[in-house]
Formats: sequence, C-alpha cells, structure tokens
Amino acid sequence: MMSNVRRMVSLFKGVCRTRTCPVHTWTSGAGLVLQSRSTDVFQNLALEDWIEANVDLRQRGVLLLWRNRPAVVIGRHQNPWTECDLQAATKAGIHVARRRSGGGTVFHDLGNLNLTFFTSKKNYDRRRNLKMITDALRRVRPELDVQATDRLDIVLNGHLKISGTASRLRRDSSYHHCTLLHSADRSALSAVLRPSTSGIHSNATPSVPSPVANLVDHAPTLQWEELLEALVDQYNEEFGCTSALTSIDPSDEASFPGIGLFVSELSSWEWTFGKTPKFSVRTVLDLSEHRSAQLHLEVKNGLVASCQVLVPPDWIPQSLADQLSQVLVGERFCRHGAAAAAVSTLLRLDGTGGRLEELSKAVLRAMG
Amino acid sequence: VFKLTHQYHHRSTMDPSSSSKLSDIGEGIMEVTVKEWYVKEGDKVSQFDSICEVQSDKASVTITSRYDGVIRKLYYDVDATALVGKPLVDIETEASDVVETPAMAREEHTHQEIKGHKTQATPAVRRLAMENNIKLSEVVGSGKDGRILKEDILNFLSKQTGAILPPAPFQDIRTPAAMVSRPGPAGPTGPRPVFTGKDRMEPLKGFHRAMVKTMTAALQIPHFGYCDEVDLSQLVQLRSDLKSTSEGRGVKLSYMPFFIKAASLGLLHFPILNASVDEGCQNITYKASHNVGVAMDTSQGLLVPNVKNVQLLSVFDIAQELNRLQTLGAAGQLGAADLSGGTFTLSNIGSIGGTYAKPVILPPEVAIGALGKIQVLPRFDPSGQVVRAHIMAVSWSADHRIIDGATMCRFSNLWKDYLENPARMVLDLK
Repeated sequence: MMSNVRRMVSLFKGVCRTRTCPVHTWTSGAGLVLQSRSTDVFQNLALEDWIEANVDLRQRGVLLLWRNRPAVVIGRHQNPWTECDLQAATKAGIHVARRRSGGGTVFHDLGNLNLTFFTSKKNYDRRRNLKMITDALRRVRPELDVQATDRLDIVLNGHLKISGTASRLRRDSSYHHCTLLHSADRSALSAVLRPSTSGIHSNATPSVPSPVANLVDHAPTLQWEELLEALVDQYNEEFGCTSALTSIDPSDEASFPGIGLFVSELSSWEWTFGKTPKFSVRTVLDLSEHRSAQLHLEVKNGLVASCQVLVPPDWIPQSLADQLSQVLVGERFCRHGAAAAAVSTLLRLDGTGGRLEELSKAVLRAMG
Repeated sequence: VFKLTHQYHHRSTMDPSSSSKLSDIGEGIMEVTVKEWYVKEGDKVSQFDSICEVQSDKASVTITSRYDGVIRKLYYDVDATALVGKPLVDIETEASDVVETPAMAREEHTHQEIKGHKTQATPAVRRLAMENNIKLSEVVGSGKDGRILKEDILNFLSKQTGAILPPAPFQDIRTPAAMVSRPGPAGPTGPRPVFTGKDRMEPLKGFHRAMVKTMTAALQIPHFGYCDEVDLSQLVQLRSDLKSTSEGRGVKLSYMPFFIKAASLGLLHFPILNASVDEGCQNITYKASHNVGVAMDTSQGLLVPNVKNVQLLSVFDIAQELNRLQTLGAAGQLGAADLSGGTFTLSNIGSIGGTYAKPVILPPEVAIGALGKIQVLPRFDPSGQVVRAHIMAVSWSADHRIIDGATMCRFSNLWKDYLENPARMVLDLK
C-alpha cells in the first residue's frame, strides 16, 4: 500500500510534502487536485475505486475532476431496465454503467463535469463540498443565483437543478461525488432515459426527475477551463491547500497498478446487470386475432428465476407455453443471447403453425 | 495520554455470540435501508470482510465485520430499515475470553496520540501474532492511529519467510460476490475453489434444456450419411485473389460464403433438400427461401444462426452477413430472428479439427453438411503427375424418409463441381 502512494506522489511534482497535522483540517499542500484525461466512464469509475483503495486519505484529501462521453450511469442499487432503454442505448453507442455509490440515474456527456471529493470517514462532509462549489460559482459569476438544497442538489434560480450528489462510505474512507451541468446535450437524453420494457415491479431505488439547466444557459460566457480553474482555487481556499490541477491518465496501468481489474469488474455483465435487486415483470402480451397471453417473470441477479406464461386454452396447449417458460429459467434477462438461443432451439419442434413462435417472440420482446 | 474507555467482558464458552451493532454512519443519520447481504447465517467471516450494503440518502455504505467468526443471525431482510446503534448481526467468535464491545471504540480514537508501548490490536490479531511468534512491538501498524491489522502481521510474515502473498490493498476491495469464485472477468487474487473431489449435480435449465428436447427429437429422424472429398485448389486461388478486394470493402472473406452460395445453387435443382415434413410425415413443405444455417462455436455453446434468402445474395453479401453474425455470436448477442427460420445447415467443424463426421439433422430441416478441415495432400493430375491439392472432406446427413441416396449424391456432386470449378458458378449465378 505505501509504495503505491509513494509512486502516485512522485507523479505530481509541485505538490508540497505533507506534514503531520490535526486530523480535522489539512495544512497547505495536504490536498491533491486531479483531472482525468479519460472520457471513458468505466475507466473513470475504476479510477475512483483505485484512489479509494490506494491513497491514504487520513492525511490528505483528493479532488478528482472528470467527464465522460455519453453514458447512462445508474446508482448502486438501481434497476438498469427501468432506468434506461437498453436497446436504444446500444444502438446509439451509449454505455450503461452502474456506479458504486447510491442515488439515482444520471446521464453523462462531455458537457457535464463530475467532481469526486475523497476524504477519510472523519472528514466526510457533503455540505461543505457543495458550499465550495457554490462559492466558486458565485466568485466567477456573482450574478448566478445558486444554492445547495436539503436533498444535496445544487439549484439555479431556486428550482433548476444543475448538480446531483451521491456518495460511498467504507470502513475507513469515503467519497462524495456530484455532477455539474455546464453544457450538457439534453436532447440525446430523452431517447434513452425511459424503461426498456413495461410491467416491471421492483424495490430498486427510483430516480426522482427534476427540471434541469446548464450553466451556460444562464452564464453564456463561462468557459469550461474557467469553471475548472475557479473550482480548483476555491477547493484550495476552502480546504487550506495549494494544489495545482494535475492531469492523469487512468489507462496507464504502470502508474495505476491494478486499475485494469477494476475496469473489468465495472464493465462486466455481472456488475452492471447481475447486481440488480430482485424484481418481477407482469405484463399482457398482445397476440394476433385479438388474443392475448399473460406473462409473469421473476428476475434475481439479472437471471430469470421463474417464468409463467398463461395462454388462452384454445390457442395453444398450456403445456407448450410451459415448455417455453422452462427453457427461459436460469438464463439472463435479455432478449438476445442465451434466452434467444433457448427459444430458437425449442421452436425447431414447433408444430403449432407459427403460434408458439409468435408467443415466443412476444415473450422475448418483454425482456430487456 | 491514552484515553480509551473500552469495556472488557469475560464471556463464558456457553454464550460465544456477540451482537454487532450498526455503527454510526455520520451526518446524524439514524436509519438506513439494507440493500444487499454478502453473508448468510452459517458463513465464516474474517475481521473487515464486507457483511452488507446499506443505503441512506444517496450514500451507499459497506458495513464490515468487526470480528473473525461465524454469522449466526441476520437481523434484517433486504429492503428493511435498519437502525443505527441497534444489532445488525450476531457473530460467534472463536476466542472466548476477552472481547471488545464495539459501541465506544470509534469515537475514542479521534483525539489520541499513542505514546509508550501499548499497541492497538484486536484479540484475533494478537493471537495470530502469538501463533507465529511475532512481537507486536516489531510490527508497523497500518490501521487507524497505528493500530495493527491482520494484513500487517501477514506482511511481516511474508518478509520473514519470503512467501508471496496477495497485495494488501486488494484484500477487501472487491465485493464479496467477486471473491467467491464466480466465473467472470473480474477474478484476480482471491480464494481459489477448493478441489473436494466430490460429484456435483445441478438441474439442466434454460438453453441446455431446450437442446436436450430438440436433439432427442432430431435422432428420431432416420438419418443416412453420404461422404465425399472436394478438391478446392482452384477455390483457394480464387479466394486469395479476392481477399484484398473484400477487405478493402471492410469484409473478411473466408471459404464459407462460397460453400453457402454453391449449396443454394444446388438447392435450386434439388428443392427437396430445402423442405420440411410435419409431425407424422403427412405433408411436405418445399421452402421458397434458402435460409442457410451456419453452425458457430460461441461462448454459449454451439449456435446455428442462418443467412436469410441466400438465393438472392452474392458471395460478397453472404460474407458480409456472416461477419455480422460472427460478431454478434462472439458477443453472445445473437437474437431470435437470426437463430430461427433456417431451412438447410452447413457445419464447418473442420475449423476446429477433423475430417469426416456424422452430423445430426436439425429439425425441422431434412439435410445437413459437415465440412472437414482443408488439407494439402498429394493427388494425381489428368496427366498422371503428382501435384499438391487442397482437399476437404464433406459429410452429409439426410432424412431418409423423404430423401434417397441418389438425390443426396447428385446434389453433392453438383455442389462439388461448383467448388472445384468456380468459373462454372459464374455461369449459373442468379
């Protein structure tokens, strides 16, 4: 552990050596401000993991500034199928990622700045961090009416949300991260931030929608670099440091040994989909000739745990519908891949003149 | 000044469990929602292992175990509200004489400097040190306020013995789900699955269950087999000539598009091979579309997506479609549309190995061809000279209820003729 910290410290020439200090404040030089050069959501989330695991936060805090190419980022305990249209996201080349912290779904793009405040558990203070941001904004644009709310959002003119917050606490470290909408493209959002399929019942953390705004809509001359500079200056002032903004490359395994493993885990199906709290799907499937079937699926760890398809008795035998249900159990809740393979294999024996095929395809469409 | 107000209890061996209370999360939060348990009753845990994940007010918190021991009771279900300061789990510890109660421990560490020789370590850590004849005063503590942690003992040991141990920072980084050996990309250092030498039984579910049904039905069909060898020397030359043009258009060109197109040309003359019979063999349906299935070895097992309407496609079109299907297959993302509706199948088992095979017909189809690997073998040319020839074996299986040997043989000869003399394909291309 210590050698990794030394290696990281050596990367950042110009940061003062830390001196011992009372635990509740840091003396000058005892903070680090980093900016990630990556715009890949998985690399940046992995970078958060790496910093949390490898940097000793008892003596210093770290501020990380980062942004991503378009990505949907869901909270730790959310359901990606309800939060986002996965087919539309794949088509548009938008990544879907699950972060480690709680809270709701956000849409990242290059016009959205993410700030992560890493501290020891003792120094975990989200309101202080948000105050630093509002102070910075008021410094560069005194006309801006920005305020942190009880829900730890930052709002403009009393009601337009420009920042949302989430955090992560572990045994002896913590981080608080938040978004800051500088110039995000909101039109790309609407096509993707809607459920993949209807009829999902779950206890996953829901997202609370609010009207949002970009800083540039209200302060058109505020450049990205100016915003970053103001935030760095205010961070140094608020926390008593003199750290310059240091640019880092999280894809550099030599500087961040082990970060590749975090990237693999964060981009794996098991993390993004397998960690979904259990949920059920209850829906009616429309069939030809004005007939319909009822579908009830239970999904646990992203896999179909149980499935029931009820069909009108004169349409096809219930036993055939049951066979269809049985071949879905144990496979991922996804209309492609193993479920599609299972269904197609079963359909080779279809003697119902196409009705089983129609039913099967309707069931697959109801899956994410 | 060493200010610590721990309460030391002597516990009898009759009551070894201790309730671990949910410690303070900060920010005055009094209750949280339990979101996920990483342990269940009966599991063994070590100090600092993750026990559960709770959520409060957009904060996700990982709660870790205070002790080594066995989980005896979980006080909450998932989605229940847990109260700070109230019992969360019962852990039965191994040590039976001195146990720290958790409640006061954290606060007391805030304003201390450790002077003198009193070292901080839990009973489990002390015992580990004792078992290994290590003096705690020689170990550098990396925990809060110089507290000696288990990792510190292990590091100390590894320096002494030169043993290679997993790097300390990674020990509790991964969520426990990743630490229990699940097959997945994120499986670095961690407990290896122990070989117990025991049989393992699990029910057949999902895709495998479907395969069992379908293959059982498939072998009800009376199969007959017919094999031959094809001299691909001219095709090898043709493909080599066309490869760069195809790649210039962004498409990888293998031999399969030629095999598929030649099969479709053959099916135009022998449509019975592209047919289907109903259950009980009462009616035969001659399918209009040549949807040629291509067996693919994917991470999910052997899947057979098909190229639709080959009778309308050029060799290049087929190559393009194959590329698309191969990419989806490799990603485990083939959809039902691509996997169903096939009318005739080719299996390139030779790409993995083998020459002759006995392929199984995939219902509701009536014929299938298995292609062996292409080997360079000596053959006689028309003037009696020995030449190098590129030879591939093909093994056909057909439904003997409706297809006879002569039909299969003539189809195979036509297909073979197109491939041995690719220029003839140009004459008959539709």
